[in-house]
Amino acid sequence: MLSVDLFANAIVAGLLLGGFYAAVSIGLAITFGQLDIVNIAHPAFVVAGSYAAYILNSEFGLDPVLIGLLMAPLFFFVGIAIYRVYYAAFERTGQESLSGLAFFFGLMFIIEVLLIMAYGVDYRLVSAPYIGQSIDIGFVGLPYRMLVPFGVAAALTAGIYLYLSRTFMGRAILAVAQDRLALQLMGADPVKIKQFAFGLAIATTAIAGSLLIIIGPVEPSLGRQYIGRAFAIVVLGGMGSIPGMAIAALLIGVVETMVATFMGPSWSPAVSFGVLLLTLALRPSGLFGRK
Amino acid sequence: MKGRAFWLSMVAALVAGLLLTHFIDNDYYFNALYVILQGTVMAVAWNILGGFTGYVNFGSAGFFAVGAYTSIALGKAFGQDFPLPIMIMAAALVCGLIGLGLGYLTLRLKGVYFSIATLAMAIVFETLMNNWAYVGGARGAYILTPDSHLWFNSYIEMLFVLMLLLTLGSIAISRALNASRLGRGLAAIRDDEVAAECAGVPTLKLKLISATIMGAMMGVAGAPYPYFVTFVDPASAFSLFVAVNAIAMPMIGGTAHWIGPVIGALLVGTAQQVITVTVSSELNVLFVGIMLVVFISMAPQGIVGLVQKFRARRAR
Repeated sequence: MLSVDLFANAIVAGLLLGGFYAAVSIGLAITFGQLDIVNIAHPAFVVAGSYAAYILNSEFGLDPVLIGLLMAPLFFFVGIAIYRVYYAAFERTGQESLSGLAFFFGLMFIIEVLLIMAYGVDYRLVSAPYIGQSIDIGFVGLPYRMLVPFGVAAALTAGIYLYLSRTFMGRAILAVAQDRLALQLMGADPVKIKQFAFGLAIATTAIAGSLLIIIGPVEPSLGRQYIGRAFAIVVLGGMGSIPGMAIAALLIGVVETMVATFMGPSWSPAVSFGVLLLTLALRPSGLFGRK
Repeated sequence: MKGRAFWLSMVAALVAGLLLTHFIDNDYYFNALYVILQGTVMAVAWNILGGFTGYVNFGSAGFFAVGAYTSIALGKAFGQDFPLPIMIMAAALVCGLIGLGLGYLTLRLKGVYFSIATLAMAIVFETLMNNWAYVGGARGAYILTPDSHLWFNSYIEMLFVLMLLLTLGSIAISRALNASRLGRGLAAIRDDEVAAECAGVPTLKLKLISATIMGAMMGVAGAPYPYFVTFVDPASAFSLFVAVNAIAMPMIGGTAHWIGPVIGALLVGTAQQVITVTVSSELNVLFVGIMLVVFISMAPQGIVGLVQKFRARRAR
């Protein structure tokens, strides 16, 4: 039976989840959508961010969101370092298609195994006063562990969108995606800009990771489920369009929650991958992409 | 390798394998050799699309597991004594069709999309198997090995010889492809797809053929797996480790030549067995990941490339 309150709860929960998905995907929208770097290790960095939040939270009792913000600069420099290796080994020699992909795949694998070796395969979680609380509006329940990530993710998405469209550096990142040669002729160094943008994308994973562990417990291989989600969202959103990505994230969140509510949670991992396969087969430019 | 030398070494490998079953009684060695050979088939299969054509498949574990689950489903339907060779052929058919279908959907796009789609394919099938109670669902399935093991001393010895035959067969197919007109077409696609298309190479058709062969070969590698481990659940069959090995072995050995994945698989596979026994299985997993990253950043042509470079320098 399809009951109204179950349906309404699923829609609201889906929107909240989708908002969080936007935070996971926004970095990939920059690397994959704008820079044309297929960073398969992106979700692994998100999980690494979760573990950073777990460590600092259990050691010092800091708020997870605060930890995310504190870790972001560190992740930024890690991102820059990785881009330097990637550029020197693959992009400069024009081998990014085959070897670059395998490079990030290996990187993802290494991050996962290191986390397993250090912390085991147990689920880890954080504690914060708002986790476990919820507010009820009518028959719809809004748990804070979903509301807080949604709010932070919305702020992050809006911030990145404004940064890319309003500031000089942000526009330079968009320009490097559109026409690398023209940018070079204008006297800017595309490699420096890409390096900065890649650092920015990895910095967002520190925040996304802290949100991930607020929503629920995290274990090292959790990132794999997010590979499909993040890529589905970025492709569906039209490769690099931030508003398109946000709408696609909400859409995937709602569809996934619907499937989990009415068919059972064991089916929900297939949703985003199914959407991804369908998008690639039917409309590879995404919902909002240019033809 | 010249034709006759190649076939002689194939026969020699088979004879050596048969002699091993005659003189060694410790089942551990056959277990270890089976794992190494299984990795070799996967690496050779991956290389047919990944190395010859340049399209990276991240979903090797998906093909492998679907092959394994084909055997489980047939075993449930027709009883445990259903002949293994027919299961292997069925797995080849199913996985070949999946490779063809996936290729048809995504090989017309940029290579990146194919790679992501293979990842997606693996997760979709894992979800299906998690929800398919007939083959055990998320709880997994126990497989009883048949009583008969032909004239071998134990069942594992028979499986080992079977896997040896499959390995030699896949190497022969890969070598024949590499040297054929089809193989030259694939190499042209890898080097410059647009130029190949302009020169009259039917790129989509060739890519579809190699995707089908790759899928079928991975299914073949997975089909005897349930009888090897006797317990299969989706988490172990779709293990990322299978996928990483299938990429790492050819990348480390060298992707352009058919011998590359064989060398890589034998080296990495043996090293893994040694590390698992002497140190720990987690370190063994980390070892593969680091080897992969180091090799693709420092020696993108793999061991074969290093040897060729060394020879060229000595010739000068």
